Amino acid sequence: MQKIGKQTVKFDTPPTILQTASIVGPKEADGPLASYFDQCLEDEFWGEKSWEKAESKIIKETVNMAIAKSGIPSEQIDYCFAGDLLNQCISSSFGLRELNIPFFGIFGACSTFVEALCMASIFLEGGAASYALCAASSHFCSAEKQFRFPLELGNQRPPTSQWTVTGSGAAIVAKNGMGPYITHITPGKIVDMGIKDANNMGAAMAPAALDTLISHFKDTGRSPSYYDAILTGDLGHVGKEILIEMAETKGYNIKSNYNDCGVLIFDKEKQDTHSGRKWLCLLWNCIFWISI
Amino acid sequence: MDFLTSIDWMQMLRCFIVGGLICIIGQILIDKTKLTPARILVIFVTTGAILGGLGIYQHLVDFAGCGATVPLTGFGNALAKGAIDEVAKSGFIGAFIGGTKAAAGGISAAIFFRIYCISYFKTKNEKTIKNGDFLSVFSFFFYFMHFLQFLQF
Amino acid sequence: MKPIQTKKDYQNYVEQKSPNSPIIKNCFNAFWVGGLICSIGQIIFNYCKYRGMDIQISNTIVSIILIGLSAFLTGLNLFNRIGKFAGAGSLVPITGFANSVVSPAMEYKSEGYVMGVGGKMFTVAGPVLVFGISASIVVGILYLIFNTQSITLV
Repeated sequence: MQKIGKQTVKFDTPPTILQTASIVGPKEADGPLASYFDQCLEDEFWGEKSWEKAESKIIKETVNMAIAKSGIPSEQIDYCFAGDLLNQCISSSFGLRELNIPFFGIFGACSTFVEALCMASIFLEGGAASYALCAASSHFCSAEKQFRFPLELGNQRPPTSQWTVTGSGAAIVAKNGMGPYITHITPGKIVDMGIKDANNMGAAMAPAALDTLISHFKDTGRSPSYYDAILTGDLGHVGKEILIEMAETKGYNIKSNYNDCGVLIFDKEKQDTHSGRKWLCLLWNCIFWISI
Repeated sequence: MDFLTSIDWMQMLRCFIVGGLICIIGQILIDKTKLTPARILVIFVTTGAILGGLGIYQHLVDFAGCGATVPLTGFGNALAKGAIDEVAKSGFIGAFIGGTKAAAGGISAAIFFRIYCISYFKTKNEKTIKNGDFLSVFSFFFYFMHFLQFLQF
Repeated sequence: MKPIQTKKDYQNYVEQKSPNSPIIKNCFNAFWVGGLICSIGQIIFNYCKYRGMDIQISNTIVSIILIGLSAFLTGLNLFNRIGKFAGAGSLVPITGFANSVVSPAMEYKSEGYVMGVGGKMFTVAGPVLVFGISASIVVGILYLIFNTQSITLV
């Protein structure tokens, strides 16, 4: 493991993402990615009394599913890195309390999942662990309740507003394996360009994503065409366009292989979301290259 | 029907147009200024109270009836008018009694109907009425009818 | 396109890049829904007058019935659809006030009846009451100070 350039870490024996699992809510199940999820829920409560409890259940079941799929007994998993959007990370803390794995609660908003992967891979590479668990969850209803307005409030969503994904993703990361590998990580800086509109998060986040992408290209000496796919977490349609245009002015053409998970997960034409948000946060302020 | 013939249809049209125009002002505020709904409600109530205090709003009420009283500016106007009337009646202390007194009906009704709603309905996302809810629709109907009876309606 | 240097540049760029709300369509919907709600109020008002009630009581009954209907629609999860369609059309009439009281009460029911329903009920509507009642107190005091008809002569 060594630091290259300004803010990138390069792994000598890259950790492997061994197995993944995902559970999503009904709206995501209607989206174009439905067939890739392990389980789709019928409603947002999943038999629980509150959305927070439902979110806890979702992350718990996802983690159990990932462990079961990987075939590694949970005693052998050394650390668990998990987080969510709620205060004090309650969904993941309560959801994973029966897991009996040492727990790091992390908060990175949209970048939580990638943050977990970054920390886990540094632990694995440093020899502190041989298996680590990464998980993140979000729930549309609990997030709206915490950050915006009650669902029954009759207000209009402007065209730039985003829709938080209901769901959870989990991954088991191993020290050795056959890939896909995590070879480089580039944590990004906080970039604030003064966008104050809470309904236009894509535009607020795009400059940070751009800054991270460019740092990654500079540090590794690669160009965008080196990659099969460059993915951001949740810039949405507005943020995606802004990122592509701004990258072009800086001399990077990412048009052909760049996409955004928030754009992918919902169907703009069929589903009334004004674009998706969070969950498969493969990259927002972190980039990693997956080679197979 | 005596009642139907007693309706002043020109009054109704004025009510429709004025009420609609006040809503358009709100819509322009929402779309152009990115204010949250709570702020817009606050702006409307405060504007109504100021216009009511100056006596301007009463002209609009005379002109448009419920077109001016049903929007929240009318609520603000009722508050201001209540305060002024009470001051005229009982002096300084009236400034603290009048406004709330005028708004009491609305606030209490909101709390009252909320009790019904939270006991019969479950919050849900993007779901239409399910079978069980029809029962609550009927029970609400009777609840409401009883309520109107109490109002001697 | 020029490279973006300052925050101001970026804000202008985002402004121009973000899709605008369809304002004409929104205003049209707000107009007719808002007008319709007011007209329903007017019918109730006329009925009250027909039954021989005085204006003050009639106005209160109009508010109470509209609040009741709006609370009911909120409970059925229909009001947020009307709100999505009509925007200010359903927000600005008293129905929007009722909706903003009932919706947090329903949402926070899962946190218990005292601190959840009771405490969070006025999270959205609270400011309306605070500013409305404050304004009425100011108006009352001003009226007391300038206790003449000149203030209401306009």
